[in-house]
Amino acid sequence: MSLATREALRGFRRSPVLSILSITTIAFSLYAFALFGLVALNIRSALAQVEDRVEIRAFVVDGTAAEATSAASGDIGAFPEVQSVTLVTSEQALERARKELGEFSDVFEAGILPASLDVRLKPGFRDPATVKAVAERLKSYDFTDDVRYGEEWVQKLYRIRNIATLAGIVLGLAFAGVAVIIVGSTIRMSVLARAREIAIMRLVGATDGFIRSPFLIDGTLKGTLGGMLALGLTWVSYSLITRYVIAAQFFDVRLVIAGVAAGAALGFVGSALSVSRHLRSV
Amino acid sequence: MIRFTRVTKEFPRTGIALREVSFHIARGEFVFLTGPSGAGKSTILKLCYLDQRPSDGEVRVAGMSSVAIRGGDVSKLRRRLGVIFQDFRLLEDRTVEANIGFALEVTGAPTDSIAPKVARLLSQVGLSSKATAFPAELSGGEQQRVAIARALANDPALVIADEPTGNLDERATRGVFQLLRDINAAGTTIIMATHDLDLVKRAECRTLELNHGALVFDSAAPGASVLARDEGTV
Repeated sequence: MSLATREALRGFRRSPVLSILSITTIAFSLYAFALFGLVALNIRSALAQVEDRVEIRAFVVDGTAAEATSAASGDIGAFPEVQSVTLVTSEQALERARKELGEFSDVFEAGILPASLDVRLKPGFRDPATVKAVAERLKSYDFTDDVRYGEEWVQKLYRIRNIATLAGIVLGLAFAGVAVIIVGSTIRMSVLARAREIAIMRLVGATDGFIRSPFLIDGTLKGTLGGMLALGLTWVSYSLITRYVIAAQFFDVRLVIAGVAAGAALGFVGSALSVSRHLRSV
Repeated sequence: MIRFTRVTKEFPRTGIALREVSFHIARGEFVFLTGPSGAGKSTILKLCYLDQRPSDGEVRVAGMSSVAIRGGDVSKLRRRLGVIFQDFRLLEDRTVEANIGFALEVTGAPTDSIAPKVARLLSQVGLSSKATAFPAELSGGEQQRVAIARALANDPALVIADEPTGNLDERATRGVFQLLRDINAAGTTIIMATHDLDLVKRAECRTLELNHGALVFDSAAPGASVLARDEGTV
């Protein structure tokens, strides 16, 4: 085992309370960040589900030849913004209306609902401007009677999404900033606790890079353990929320790995900054 | 080994600590640095191991110049020096042998060379039987011997001692001083700051005396320097 690793582990053994305190502090600051991330993730997921329902419906003039709508369907499907185009015949429209309106199903009679081309847009093209532009293009077809897409609803949805994104970025940065400050201060305590060793290492001719390495290992280890503890706490919170409050979504594997890696990175950077600052000051 | 050329050191808050100090210490010398508290003794020693840089003038130690040296080379210089303090500066949670071995490890000594070298150093300072003791289990004199062994770990050409007997009783002082004389006799240059004028008188070594940041006496050049001290010139 290298001297740097041994020195890092010695720090753990020599002051276990301080080490546990450091890991717990890192864990709780990351836990607060993770809880916020979980809320942001679920809001985003809910909005994505709603967004998925954005649809432009172009009603077809009664008596239009099937070949004409079929050809237009292929044409519209080739628009870069369009995910899918579905031709809904008058009969299918009636069936759908009966299903959607349940107890009023008997008020509909055959032939009263027009056929339509139902167009869904790709994710990223569901903003009001794009939806409106595609709707305008659909209107230009001769067989189009009317085009509807719930303009006001799309605008509201888009505004909510923008507010949620902005709030997410601002709060996320604030939480991350607080986490960085807390982790940095915690690691600074470890550095100060070993100031005597640092002074002796310098005195006998150890290079600054050599002096840094045990602290970087120490910080990275604490950050990783803190990240894992934060992950455990977040999982428990998520399980309780899902069981007693509302079914929610948890981070996927990539985000879990990214979270623990963020803990390790915080520990590494916090240590690097703290020990460099200390070395400059002595 | 050490050359100070018109060295001035000024601290932003406390003002001038050294004013145009010049002297030369040759290889193999044993030199006392004396003077009242605040005269600048520790500042001179810190300049020797480049813990401080001069505000003006040049310090040359073991072939390296304070003017030309780069940050990364300071550690190289310190591997050629040994430094001893009044308060020993040992790591309390490590044994005597670990304290000495630590100095070798952090400077990248081969692992298999460390144990025999530590044993040899402990024998040199007369503490072979205390290898596994912790500093708190030793007397002041013994702790200072451990510090000396650590200072010798990298076979330094120069040992810098800042009041090494300041915390010791008379008997321990004699023992530590004799050890330093033996080290000097083996060819290592020693510069030692001390308040102990009896020790200085008995030892009959070269003495540099400081007062208010100026060199007022150098026993190697008695004529001019004694005059300066007698007239209180700073």
